[in-house]
Amino acid sequence: MSILVVMEVVMEQSRLTWHRMSWEALAAGQELGRQMDLPVAAVVLGQGIAALAAELSAKKLDKVYAIEHDLLAGYTADGYTAALAGLAAQVNPTLVLFPHTYQVRDFAPKLATRLGKVLISDVVRVRLEEGGLVMVRQLFQGKLNADYRASGAGPHFASIQAGAYRAEMVEAGSAQVETVTPVLEAAAIRVKVGAPFRESQRAVDLTAAELIVSVGRGIKEKDNIALVEELARVMGAELAASRPICDNGWLPMERQVGSSGQTVSPKVYLAIGISGAIQHLVGMKGSKAVVAINKDANAPIFEVADYGIVGDLFEVVPALIEEVKKAKGL
Amino acid sequence: MKILVAIKQVPSRDSQLRLDTSGRWIDEADLASEINEPDAYALEEALQIKEKHGGEVVALCAGPARASQTIREALAKGADRAIHIENDDLGRYDLLGVARLLAKAAAGETPDLILTGLQSDDLGYGQTGVVMAELLGLPAATIIMQVEKTDAGIRVKRELEDGWFQHMDIPLPAVLTIQSGINKLRYATLMGIKKAKTKEVKRLTSVDLGIDAVPNVSLDRVYLPQRAKQTTFIPGSAREQAAKLAEILKFEVRVL
Ligand SMILES: Cc1cc2nc3c(=O)[nH]c(=O)nc-3n(C[C@H](O)[C@H](O)[C@H](O)COP(=O)(O)OP(=O)(O)OC[C@H]3O[C@@H](n4cnc5c(N)ncnc54)[C@H](O)[C@@H]3O)c2cc1C
Repeated sequence: MSILVVMEVVMEQSRLTWHRMSWEALAAGQELGRQMDLPVAAVVLGQGIAALAAELSAKKLDKVYAIEHDLLAGYTADGYTAALAGLAAQVNPTLVLFPHTYQVRDFAPKLATRLGKVLISDVVRVRLEEGGLVMVRQLFQGKLNADYRASGAGPHFASIQAGAYRAEMVEAGSAQVETVTPVLEAAAIRVKVGAPFRESQRAVDLTAAELIVSVGRGIKEKDNIALVEELARVMGAELAASRPICDNGWLPMERQVGSSGQTVSPKVYLAIGISGAIQHLVGMKGSKAVVAINKDANAPIFEVADYGIVGDLFEVVPALIEEVKKAKGL
Repeated sequence: MKILVAIKQVPSRDSQLRLDTSGRWIDEADLASEINEPDAYALEEALQIKEKHGGEVVALCAGPARASQTIREALAKGADRAIHIENDDLGRYDLLGVARLLAKAAAGETPDLILTGLQSDDLGYGQTGVVMAELLGLPAATIIMQVEKTDAGIRVKRELEDGWFQHMDIPLPAVLTIQSGINKLRYATLMGIKKAKTKEVKRLTSVDLGIDAVPNVSLDRVYLPQRAKQTTFIPGSAREQAAKLAEILKFEVRVL
């Protein structure tokens, strides 16, 4: 009976460090540990991770597992799944938590399946209720919420959405490190993984922009992009976009904001015809002020908007261009 | 290469969603549906691989009777044939159960490659491909933005976070989950639509596949999220809204 939090490690400037969302998952684990009165342990996997494990040992945890192996030097789903399935068999946790990262999407469903279980993915809140744990996750790209319940004996598996819990809430303390040597064979790792790379030097640096006008699929057609381009021009703003706009080639990839694009924090982020899927929100919710124009009053973008206009962008944006010109004396 | 593409029918993107009386799902009565967008990209990728290297594309879909519309569209775009796991109450299965149905049907085809979208626009689990791979004992890779045939198998480009990518070499058979934007989607031609009518659609039931619903996980309740944020909504006509926003930008936020 325990809660296990699987921490994610990333390579940054040839140094191993934490994926920032790992701390959010750990905060979730500690909170649930208190509520359920269960011991909480954290796991880190890799090679040369002693320093990272030592860092974890200064947190309020009952145990830190450091799974060390040459074959875990780089991430593979095969390696991670085998190593964690081994640990789960040894520890028999009630609940295993992950940060909902791209890497976790790649291996955690496989791990849960191997143990005959279901991963409840992208969870925004975990509640303890009579009769067990209730996990809240979003449906329809954030338009609805749903309560999920896992039945039967553990281990149960859940991955925690970015921003759902706060990293600063992680409590300090002290914990023992147990180094685990998993049984792994090179032949069991079926894929060969190359080094991470970026497509090209980014010609547009949106991270420095003070004003961003960002456009989403509400713009409907490539020809309509000119409308928001004009607004950006009169405002003196950089133009950015949601992913589908870049997928369609209506604007270049380097103008994409979100988990697979750039992360921006301008003074004002004006989101036009963007629904506000989590993958977009993670890239812009650090903005000082968010303004959203959307015809759907229930669009999730309003969840992060300071100012909202519910309306048709094809009426509001032309009017806004005129009003901005007036305000600037143009 | 024999390629199996798992596709799903979902409510159309701009649908106004209403909860049903059970409070456990949405009212699907008057909803228009369409192919899940990432699955459309997976299908297109399969068609392009076939055009380059030859072989066959088989569309696999679990869903109610009305999903046959989505299957017909896939056939019209160029899939050679299809398998429809027909079930009007898939909600009784959890995601592992649905993946079991799909995996069982896929196993009967022994494909070289299984493609599917990286997640569905309705439930959004983002797991079906990976779970199928594990059930079938195959390697998998997720969030794929490029697929190339090599002598030993395939080389894929996987999307990482923050604009990073990485290549991976994978032996076949394998499962890939495809990211939106990997290719340019085609439209069905008139000829394709005509031909689709003559293509084979094999219907299977959960009984044929021998897989019951024994969920580990249940969806208990669906509801509108509570808004935590205090958004200042600007009322009025478009012109009034625009004027007020310009005023806010100039005098409150001070960026004009
Ligand atoms: C692994 C992964 C990574 C991803 N990375 C990113 C990323 O980096 N960046 C990103 O943006 N997305 C990303 N996505 C995609 C994301 O999930 C959403 O699909 C995407 O953000 C939706 O874009 P959108 O809001 O423009 O379109 P939609 O969701 O289609 O929203 C369009 C909006 O426009 C509104 N609208 C329509 N017509 C009008 C009108 N006339 N006037 C006003 N409003 C109107 C609608 O009400 C709707 O809210 C990623 C997805 C995955 C799975």
